[in-house]
Amino acid sequence: MQWAWLARRLVGAVPTILLTWTIVFSVLQFIPGDPVILMLQGNPASEEVMTNERHRLGLDRPIIAQYASFMWNVARGDLGRSFRTRQPVTAMILEQMPHSLELALGGLLIGILLGTAMGVFAGMRPSGWADTGAMTVALIGLSLPSFWIGMLLIHVFGIMLGWVPILGRGFDALILPSITVGLFLAGGLARLVRSSIIEVMGQDYVRTARAKGLPMVKIIGKHVLRNAMIPPITLLGIQFAVLIGGAVVTERVFARPGLGTMLIESVLTKDIPLVQALVVYTTTVYILINLAIDLLYGLIDPRIRPEPSR
Amino acid sequence: MSVATTSPAAASVRPSPLGLAWRRWKRGPGAVIGATILVIMIVGAILSPWIAPFDWNETRVGPRLVAPSAEFLFGTDLYGRDIFSRVLYGARISLSVGVATVAIALVFGSLFGVTIAYLGGRVEALGSRAIDVMLGFPPIVLAILIVAVLGVGIWTAALAVGIAGIPRFARVVRGATLSLKEQLFIDAARALGAGSRRIIGRHLLPNLTPVLIVLASLDLGSAILSTATLSFLGLGAQPPTPEWGAMLNAGREFMRYAPWTMIFPGLALFLAVMAVNLVGDRLSQVLDPKQRGRL
Repeated sequence: MQWAWLARRLVGAVPTILLTWTIVFSVLQFIPGDPVILMLQGNPASEEVMTNERHRLGLDRPIIAQYASFMWNVARGDLGRSFRTRQPVTAMILEQMPHSLELALGGLLIGILLGTAMGVFAGMRPSGWADTGAMTVALIGLSLPSFWIGMLLIHVFGIMLGWVPILGRGFDALILPSITVGLFLAGGLARLVRSSIIEVMGQDYVRTARAKGLPMVKIIGKHVLRNAMIPPITLLGIQFAVLIGGAVVTERVFARPGLGTMLIESVLTKDIPLVQALVVYTTTVYILINLAIDLLYGLIDPRIRPEPSR
Repeated sequence: MSVATTSPAAASVRPSPLGLAWRRWKRGPGAVIGATILVIMIVGAILSPWIAPFDWNETRVGPRLVAPSAEFLFGTDLYGRDIFSRVLYGARISLSVGVATVAIALVFGSLFGVTIAYLGGRVEALGSRAIDVMLGFPPIVLAILIVAVLGVGIWTAALAVGIAGIPRFARVVRGATLSLKEQLFIDAARALGAGSRRIIGRHLLPNLTPVLIVLASLDLGSAILSTATLSFLGLGAQPPTPEWGAMLNAGREFMRYAPWTMIFPGLALFLAVMAVNLVGDRLSQVLDPKQRGRL
């Protein structure tokens, strides 16, 4: 019963993933300009060289054949070579991944600490001053442009106070970027934690726990938080999935390497294989992480086994 | 906004749903602050050619990167342009682009959602699958992919953000329509011989209006932010356009010597997004029946 459900969910994700690959392939067909000319990146070449190159890349084959080999290659993890560096794009992505991953984890850590604290603080006494204050901060966090707050942080803590390095690698250089990512996450998370807590606080078992005379700290820690964490975890999963694909803006502000920076550069230089590979990678990871979260719930709590929306 | 046309005095005699909504809305101070900021910005944006002290593109040789002063309220940039004037003109761009973006997502998303949900059956199954697949793309990545195809520029960036927003609208509208179409008045309309187009246009869409208002107002803030983000990344508005995101991108290099080049455009963007979010939050509380008990 449980395994059948698990298998159905896993199999159900396959067509979605294949369809996203199809969309990426189709959309990129509309990029104006001949790929071989784009590939030359402005260098001159004879007609013969270009014809050979077109044949080597399979661009002279019918579109259906190109599509089939694209899908097959993606499934094998082979996404071609970058126009610019001539390296296999899969290797390039793997090389940049650790940079994005460390920022994603750092940002997530700060976002969770800040968001949960504010949400719990606000949700325990709805409409009180703590609630109003925390929700105002959350709204500000949601409205702050990451690139602006990132620059302000650099200006205040990097330039004026000189507490942390503004460039470079290592733990110190990760602090400000993580805060930038974390602030953005915290706003949305705090709002969700708050509403979730308010809902759980109204449940009978919480009233029972209070009637028993359990201290508030214990009620929150043992009963409320556990039951209130499911919607927030969903949000965090989605955000984490996006971040693994590179915190595009934060990487740019802090001049950090990473997948986000690579995506922007590949778009600006029209390095199509790299754009294609990055979008395929990001969406696949995004779908898989969302699926993993769904499955996790279903396994933990059999009451929620979301059927595919139909 | 039709909400504002019902006067509170008339509502106290016989509270109409809209009158009640208006009174509830007034009770939230955040929304009033948000609406005030928004009105100031809209007026500033409309009147910018008359109230801006300088032309937004007027360069000067002498006063480059000058700190804020009585003459240049927000200082000047690398080319000696007055940042206050540029921020003021920027409001025109950011606000209109934001509205255009949401309009694209709203029109196409809701038409798609309402149509597939009303027709049901295989159309609905296929349409939902399409929505699921589109939602499989992180929005910013989808927008960047579209920019990669359409080319760089403020209007292509707006189009990209709009298209990326379509599946979100489609999903919510589909869900709302599924429950709405089971109601008796739809059966009645059909019994009277109304066709699909008439039922969708005259019966379903008007009843979806509150949902659409909430969705659009909640989406507007992130739409403004996303378009500014694309400009900041160099994929949207190009220099010398006084778009806030693009101005921040240009100010990045002089952050150390002339922080005002990035502080003021960013502040304007932040205030605009927050104002829209404040109003949107309140609107969703007022118009969403599930939230009504809590007010």
